Amino acid sequence: MNERTIICLSCPKGCRVKVKANGDDIKDISGHECPQGIEYAKNEYLNPTRILPTTVRVKNGQIALVPVKTASPIPKEKIGEAMQKLSEIEVEAPVELGQVIVNNILDTGVDVVATRSIKEKN
Amino acid sequence: MSDKIYDILIVGGGVVGTAIARELSKYNLSIALFEKETDVASGTSKANSGIIHAGYNASKNTLKGRLNIKSNPMFDQIADDLKVPFNRIGSLVVGHSQEDKEKLILEKERSLAQADIDLRIIEKKELREKEPDLAEDAIVALYAPNAGIISPYKLTIAQAENAANNGVDIYLETEVKKVFHENNYITGIKTNKGKFSGSIVINAAGLYADKIAATVGENYEIVPRKGEYNLFDKKYGSLVNHVIFPMPSEKSKGILITPTVDGNLLLGPNSYVVENKDDLEVTEQGLNEIWDGGKKLYPSLPGNGIISSFAGLRATIPAEPYNDDFKIEALDNPVGFIDVAGIQSPGLSSAPGIAELITKIVDDISKDLKVPIKLQEKSSYNPELDKLPRLDDYKDHREDWHQVYQEDNDYGEIVCRCEHVTKGELIAELKKSLAPLTLDAIKRRTRAGGGRCQGGFCGPRIAEIIAEEFEISPLEVTKNGPGSEILMERVKDIKADRDITYRRQKDEN
Amino acid sequence: MKTKRELVIVGGGPAGLAAALEAHKNGVEDILLIERDEYLGGILQQCIHNGFGLDYFNEELTGPEYAERFIDELSDKKIDVQLKTMVIDINDQKMLTVLSSKKGIEFIEAKSVILAMGCRERTREAIRIPGTRPAGVMTAGAAQRYINIEGYLPGREIVILGSGDIGLIMARRLALEGADVKGVFEIMSYSSGLVRNKVQCLDDFGIPLYLQQTVTKIHGQKRVEAVDIAEVDDNFNQIPETKKTIECDTLLLSVGLIPENELSQQANISLDDITGGPIVDQSRETDIPGVFACGNVLQVHDLVDNVSEEAEIAGKAAAEFLLNETKDEIKQSLEIAPGKNITYVVPHTLNINANTSPLIELFFRVKDPAEDCKISIKDNQEELASYTRPIVEPGEIESVKLPIKLINISSDEIIVELITGGE
Repeated sequence: MNERTIICLSCPKGCRVKVKANGDDIKDISGHECPQGIEYAKNEYLNPTRILPTTVRVKNGQIALVPVKTASPIPKEKIGEAMQKLSEIEVEAPVELGQVIVNNILDTGVDVVATRSIKEKN
Repeated sequence: MSDKIYDILIVGGGVVGTAIARELSKYNLSIALFEKETDVASGTSKANSGIIHAGYNASKNTLKGRLNIKSNPMFDQIADDLKVPFNRIGSLVVGHSQEDKEKLILEKERSLAQADIDLRIIEKKELREKEPDLAEDAIVALYAPNAGIISPYKLTIAQAENAANNGVDIYLETEVKKVFHENNYITGIKTNKGKFSGSIVINAAGLYADKIAATVGENYEIVPRKGEYNLFDKKYGSLVNHVIFPMPSEKSKGILITPTVDGNLLLGPNSYVVENKDDLEVTEQGLNEIWDGGKKLYPSLPGNGIISSFAGLRATIPAEPYNDDFKIEALDNPVGFIDVAGIQSPGLSSAPGIAELITKIVDDISKDLKVPIKLQEKSSYNPELDKLPRLDDYKDHREDWHQVYQEDNDYGEIVCRCEHVTKGELIAELKKSLAPLTLDAIKRRTRAGGGRCQGGFCGPRIAEIIAEEFEISPLEVTKNGPGSEILMERVKDIKADRDITYRRQKDEN
Repeated sequence: MKTKRELVIVGGGPAGLAAALEAHKNGVEDILLIERDEYLGGILQQCIHNGFGLDYFNEELTGPEYAERFIDELSDKKIDVQLKTMVIDINDQKMLTVLSSKKGIEFIEAKSVILAMGCRERTREAIRIPGTRPAGVMTAGAAQRYINIEGYLPGREIVILGSGDIGLIMARRLALEGADVKGVFEIMSYSSGLVRNKVQCLDDFGIPLYLQQTVTKIHGQKRVEAVDIAEVDDNFNQIPETKKTIECDTLLLSVGLIPENELSQQANISLDDITGGPIVDQSRETDIPGVFACGNVLQVHDLVDNVSEEAEIAGKAAAEFLLNETKDEIKQSLEIAPGKNITYVVPHTLNINANTSPLIELFFRVKDPAEDCKISIKDNQEELASYTRPIVEPGEIESVKLPIKLINISSDEIIVELITGGE
């Protein structure tokens, strides 16, 4: 049996929710003060995901980097790999907010998009 | 050997070395000055009280006393020529009791017996008029109207620039390792950047003067005595109007409080001997000590007004026969070696007098050197520096800044928002022959990065401007010389661990 | 060189942007927005992380996205924007001196001014860390700018002092970019950052958070080589036996923010010692009529959403000031003061006239964390209202909406208190 404490982020209270499980088979959830805690802990235990906000190099841009993010959350364990992939990319200015920088990163089905418009260097 | 050949080699780019260089640049001599750091004014000259003492407690029996008294009146001309802000705001030694008052009267009489200094005893009423926020229990003071404040590093930098304009070669990041002498004559020096020939070596190496002197067989010890300071936000600059001293102790003039020429307030220094000559650590104990000292004089001193803390080291020779006096003398053996050592307080106040004295000493030994020289004034000597425009000087007539701006639009772009320094001002400094490549050097010249945010906002921008101007990578820009780079690498050049986000879970399992 | 303007807004960050839009919406036709950087958006542009906009837009945005929504909206309106322009002086007559590389010195006579200069970070000096003064000590915000805008890493082995949100966010940013973050040290017994940031910025990356510990000394001549750390007791006294040395090349400081009120002081505007910002009434008007303040220059917010909302109050009020020729007579003036367990309250005063909205929102911070507690609002005579809260933390601004009709007509003071369990 595996036991892990997960801090619920559904509200600022931050309940420490205990999850007991055998592999992926959750046996018990406790410590939550509202039902949101169960849902949160379940997801966080089985399939933790995060939005990854970072930057990508820009060529000829007004600034050196364009901020980007994954358009929706990606599995947490892929974040390191995604960072490596993004460090190898360089995009050409101008960049528009929302522009897709990487299609379907690491086969997650999620695009990486620009979060700021970058003009060309004058 | 392809040595560069000079008449005079000056070791040390502090206020003393640069004052000497400037003074000697009046004559037809070839002179070089060597500074081991990236900028002049990198040692004691950058971290001291910045006070031109009136000389009230200087004894005529000491060299430092005589030089202080002699030098004080010289500063108006120097500041005027070099465009260095200098302000005779006067000093007050504050007493709290009848006993203090008697001591101050005695001090006044003793001083007047030695020299003609303007000194007055002032009573509580006048004291309060001069300093309304001074502690209630301050009842009497010894007032010296001729004491002044100056920026010690701006003075040093200006002296160096002026010396350079008048033909002195200034070698930065050049450390003197050894002084050569043959058959009782000085012949040159060895540095990390090669050898240089010369018949006179002037040892103004500050804390390290003993190391330089040891290479010609001298045996004395420079003992570093630390002083710690707090600098306050300009907001509080008007809290104090004069240089305020407590009653002096045996060893020092005590923890003083003074406005600076830039409009800040400076508190310090304490005074204690340290072991290492690079020990510039600010200690909690020391900060508490100066804080207590300041609070005694000004109970309303604002703790949250401190924008910077720093420490400086005084280069002292406590041992016999110098007994904490200056050691300024030419050696008989080898001929051509001149010590300017143990220049502790009032070294800044004495610098012009020291430079004159050295000139006299150089003249005295000029015929006896390995390669004799003759001091001949040169017509091309120009004692003045051009005044560069500073937005801060246009506070009461901003409209006139528009003309400055029209000549160069860079004077319209503020880089340092706390101190109101424009890009034009920065670039003007960077274009000088003695160009500062470091953030600290820029800060000392323009105050950019020296304000309340301490470079939090403008640091990146200043680094960028330096990099652009010198066509280097921002990665090469330093705080104060090699080893103090601000940035480490471009982002994306180092890669994070693929599994970064799972470290903790792995640990748990 | 001399011009006249109806409304000048100082600062083009989130506060200035929202204030400009709101003033425009309410009929002000002559608006000048002055920004010192080369783009609008202020500090949001370097806050590339997500977590913005949940309150204001009901969706999660990054800083630049949040900023761009306002910038876009501004672009087709008649609002003049001057970038790379700095207000260098302002006086109590609303005369501004500004400087720019495009136009040089200009004097602007404004009928109304909105101060939206934001805040700056406390530095090493403000907390007096002893030791040497090497390269490698910087505020978290400066590091953020280097990493996210300029594209440079300031160090490889990092210690962070202060667990405010910027410190936590930077811990993740540095870890993502390959630096080794050795830990975040917090002198208080709790983190002042959002719980979410603690989990997603530290826990996710295995970065330890050490509470009741602080940096006691900085080592290194040219570059930071190490820092000393010690535990502190409940009175913040260091416990010498706990001292340890941690090798690192960079110390990042996230030790608080200070509203940037140098201009306000030039104009002789009264400031609140606690917030560091101007003293304002419910319309965010300072004690100089026609001068308003909003955003972090007024009080340091933890959410940009609240900044936008506050700026809208100021923008609307500036419009009323400019367009409403006949000023409504003030019927009742009250001081609003922090009571038990409360650090400060904004606004500081309440001036009730015929037009005052029926609900007044009070923003405040509690002194210590508490659970299952109650916010009590009193005037000189009685408790007017109380609001229960499951949890309150000093790191998060609290607010309550007080119906004005509850206030007794003869009162001249409102007090906000936090009542904790058992009281």
